[in-house]
Amino acid sequence: MISMEHLIIGVLLAFLVVITIGIIVLRDLMAAVILTGLYSLVAAGAFVVMDAVDVAFTEAAVGSGISTILFLGAVSFTRAEQKPRGNDSWLAIVFVIATGALLIYGTLDMPRYGSAESPAQTHPQLGKRFLEQSADEVGPPNIVTSVLASYRGYDTLGETVVVFAAGIAVMSLLGLKRRRPEEEIPEHAPEDQPPELEQDTDRLT
Amino acid sequence: MATVLGFYNYWVVIVLMMAGLYILISRYNLIKKMIGLSIFQTSIFYLYISIGKVENGTAPILNDDPATIYSNPLPHVLILTAIVVGVATTAVALALSVRIYENYGTIEEDEIRALNAGEHEL
Repeated sequence: MISMEHLIIGVLLAFLVVITIGIIVLRDLMAAVILTGLYSLVAAGAFVVMDAVDVAFTEAAVGSGISTILFLGAVSFTRAEQKPRGNDSWLAIVFVIATGALLIYGTLDMPRYGSAESPAQTHPQLGKRFLEQSADEVGPPNIVTSVLASYRGYDTLGETVVVFAAGIAVMSLLGLKRRRPEEEIPEHAPEDQPPELEQDTDRLT
Repeated sequence: MATVLGFYNYWVVIVLMMAGLYILISRYNLIKKMIGLSIFQTSIFYLYISIGKVENGTAPILNDDPATIYSNPLPHVLILTAIVVGVATTAVALALSVRIYENYGTIEEDEIRALNAGEHEL
């Protein structure tokens, strides 16, 4: 009744839910960042089950690798601990549940998972055409490559422009010279504070 | 039962999305907000990929057997682009948080607001 594929996807989704609960609860940012990387990796596993192998290895390399490194870098330049505050207000919970309920109501009109008759699969100019003609028109057996580099080549060009712009933005924000956070911000780490306090009291007495 | 099997994928993904949105709304820490945003993002990738899946299909890499069913390659291409663009925007947001920390000494939203209010009083 329940196929192996559904079973695997169900287990992976359960992992994702548990990881997300962990991220919401944890106050240690370093642990939350590592869990985010794990979230991307589990999602990449689910992508393999859903036949999206190209997306899976991009997600594993970029989402779970580079993105985690960026987060770790940002955490090391700031504080690794989130303050105990944060408003777990009823308004936020009600808003999120209402939005989720509306979205779930919207899915009832969507084609069933795996349906071969859904508009996305049967549209004559999109997926179907790529599957039937990309071998003659472009060449590579991997259709994702053909669509990425040929049919939607301008899309990919736009993507590289975005990455270039983001690189310039990051460089202009942080500057090319690397600085150590300790040099500029004295009260960086909690364990740095006691000696300073002693100095202050010395000065007072 | 058939309805649940056809839709549970979407439902769990929407729950994950809303969890990301909740982190984004309710946490004051800017890096924690970015983590929530990236969970939201990955959930949307999941939604797109599950739309492209065809039952009994295989990865869209052509082989010689004409009877093979392939999954839809178009969502895969769109999400490949989205992953890379998502990382680029995350990098900019994190760079902004580091700059904010250098200027204010904190990345907690309420403390930044209090510091800004103090400046206006002066």
